[in-house]
Amino acid sequence: MLCELVGKRKLAEKIYDFTVQCPEMAKNARTGQFLHILCGGEAYLRRPISICDVVDKRYIRFVFEVKGVGTDALAKYELGSRLDILGPLGNGFELHPEDKNAVLLIGGGIGVFPLLFLAKQMKGRATVLLGFRNKQSVIMADEFATVSRNVFLATDDGSFGYHGFVTDVLKNILSSNPVSRIYTCGPAPMMKLVCQIAGENALPVQASLEERMGCGIGACVTCTCTVGGQRKRVCKDGPVFDGAEVEWNG
Amino acid sequence: MAEMRVNIAGVEWKNPVTTGSGTFGFGREYSDFFDLSELGAICLKALSVKPRQGNPSPRIAETPKGILNSVGLQNPGAEAFLSTELPWLRQFDTKLIANLAGSTIEDYVQVAEMLGDSVDMFELNISCPNVKEGGMAFGTDAKMIENVTSQVKQVSKVPLIVKLSPNVTDIAEMARAAEAGGADAVSLINTLFGMRIDVKTRRPVLRNNMGGLSGPAVKPVAVRMVYQVRQAVKIPIIGMGGITTGEDAVEFMLAGANAVAVGTAGIVDPYAWIRVRNGIEQYLNENNIADVNEIVGAVQMND
Repeated sequence: MLCELVGKRKLAEKIYDFTVQCPEMAKNARTGQFLHILCGGEAYLRRPISICDVVDKRYIRFVFEVKGVGTDALAKYELGSRLDILGPLGNGFELHPEDKNAVLLIGGGIGVFPLLFLAKQMKGRATVLLGFRNKQSVIMADEFATVSRNVFLATDDGSFGYHGFVTDVLKNILSSNPVSRIYTCGPAPMMKLVCQIAGENALPVQASLEERMGCGIGACVTCTCTVGGQRKRVCKDGPVFDGAEVEWNG
Repeated sequence: MAEMRVNIAGVEWKNPVTTGSGTFGFGREYSDFFDLSELGAICLKALSVKPRQGNPSPRIAETPKGILNSVGLQNPGAEAFLSTELPWLRQFDTKLIANLAGSTIEDYVQVAEMLGDSVDMFELNISCPNVKEGGMAFGTDAKMIENVTSQVKQVSKVPLIVKLSPNVTDIAEMARAAEAGGADAVSLINTLFGMRIDVKTRRPVLRNNMGGLSGPAVKPVAVRMVYQVRQAVKIPIIGMGGITTGEDAVEFMLAGANAVAVGTAGIVDPYAWIRVRNGIEQYLNENNIADVNEIVGAVQMND
């Protein structure tokens, strides 16, 4: 479907914040789902980019980092351009309004973006833990603060917030607070550790996975991961899986 | 309106467009985008005797105008196909082609026997580059092609298409071997064996190191091979390799293909099959060609 680009902001070096007008897709979009975008340029395949937010039931917002030929071409689109987008695709996060204790959203780097929509849907109940490399790469912390109960920040080099990994913050919180559930999106090593800590504390955890992807709708079975001993399609069966069942590579 | 029906080894397709095996699953995902009855035939994902998990990820890498894949014939097995996929597929008014995979000749024979006459045609997959045993090993040796073709043909209750590998020195020799073995048609090309290396990590992008190249990048190679095979055999040819538009399909048909398969293009555009079918029809109408079969092999070579 062709969607008009109605908002474009550069949030940081190589980080772009796009808003497209797409009432049909916006109406159906659920937290944790993604868009499959034809970027143009030298990119042949579409690029899967997670939904960051849905605005006024008419607009979908997505934030991405320029990493290669696809995202580089995407970043060059000007306002008013029409983007060829498939979506919303995949199985997103499952909400559990019945949770009595704290609900933790743990994001790392560009994995924090899809958690914004989730935090909003939780209507102020979310406790958000965000990890970045350094102060310069901290993004959207203010936005998270306005929609969450608490926001904890960590940077690898200590230039902002807690000095260390977001998983250290997680351990601190778990040692003194009752928690019902964890949601996570970010680099695989971070998510692997989050899921491990969740397991040690007998907490349910949902993890949003990333894999090199083809069709985005489940047909080409290229973006598989191993979950519960079975090959699952990240695009169709995920991208969100039960973190306890994911077999992490490496 | 131009006549679009084609006859492939005695099986009538309502139009010359089918799907490249492995790009279309068993059709369920694309049925959300268009009516599968619009296709001349559906060539299904490879089936083996037992379920296969395929290779670890990453299984796909982008290349200039194409992709490398190393899926490795992941499939639920012939039995699960018959009980869960086939009944659903039969609601569509289109021909079904089962793609047969195996590690040994006995495997191929067994899958053919298990499927019986439940589908309209078989496609013998002796050209997959992503499995350690069987696959391409069978499809790159003429004697082996003739042998496996004739043994599967003996038990086939439906017309047998042999899918050829482009990873050979002489494609015509391979096509002749398939014909000699009793193939009712050939399809070509399967993917070209390739590799991509991430210069930062100095490791191949694919977890399986090497994989099969498809997409527009391979099209000229495929067209050339279809032409050479057309000169070598009498049986029908299903041409494929990078077809993205109606004109691409016409190119294959002019080279000698009786029908065409669209695969990788659908990974980018889920409506690619319908666009190609409409594009062929538009070409025929614009050029006052009454019947699609008239363009088959109609290329006029330069002296």
